[in-house]
Amino acid sequence: MDRVPILKLGNALLVTIQVDMHDRLATALEEDLSAKIVSSRAKGVVIDISGLDIVDSFMGRMLDNIAAVSRMLDAETVVVGMRPAVAITLVELGLELNGIRTALDLERGMKMIQARLEEGRDRDETLADVE
Amino acid sequence: MSSETLPIQTSDDVVRVRQRVRQRSVEAGFSLVDQTKIITAASELARNTLDYGGGGTVTVDMVQMGSKRGLRLTFEDKGPGIADIERALTDGFTSGSGLGLGLSGAKRLSNEFEIHSVVGEGTRVVIARWK
Repeated sequence: MDRVPILKLGNALLVTIQVDMHDRLATALEEDLSAKIVSSRAKGVVIDISGLDIVDSFMGRMLDNIAAVSRMLDAETVVVGMRPAVAITLVELGLELNGIRTALDLERGMKMIQARLEEGRDRDETLADVE
Repeated sequence: MSSETLPIQTSDDVVRVRQRVRQRSVEAGFSLVDQTKIITAASELARNTLDYGGGGTVTVDMVQMGSKRGLRLTFEDKGPGIADIERALTDGFTSGSGLGLGLSGAKRLSNEFEIHSVVGEGTRVVIARWK
């Protein structure tokens, strides 16, 4: 069966969605990704959708689910590379993906995750000081 | 003008419907945003046909009205039908696991929208988008 590859990039996992997703592929990706977050102790997930020419409510729900599951496993999801026509269509469709953070491109997405990591480190240090 | 009918029986068929509508909308000379809107609407309705109608067909027609060119899509199934169409057209209404944006979202993404449903006999949804 086809699988969407998941790459490790520093403290984050990178998923590039290029093909038209069907149900089984989407379910497999959700499962693979949650397992990989735990095994790699990743703190962030970047999903690159620049290869997608449409996002329908099925795909939108998948992105939402991935973000929710990742959050429970202490990893933040950033969706990057959304095409302008896709953004226009999503808003008209009524799907504003409020549970998902977005960045214009991969570089900015990685920076977002890096910023979260640094915030976490500061917090840990403050906790250590209290102790 | 040309007309063709495609089956919608599996999740892979939904992908094929998207691909075919994309080709036809390019041939019709749609702008990128218009292509994205009609492909997304087609994807929502094809999924409805599959999930709620138990499968069916879509007929893709290139249409012309005066100097205007467009694309008309007719989705038909012999499923359980929709008892309360008005309610089914409300955002958030769903009888399945979706987000309930299928019908209302597809309507917003189209220039013309028509639905005819008979309980116990099936549902027909016709949308059109003009260039």
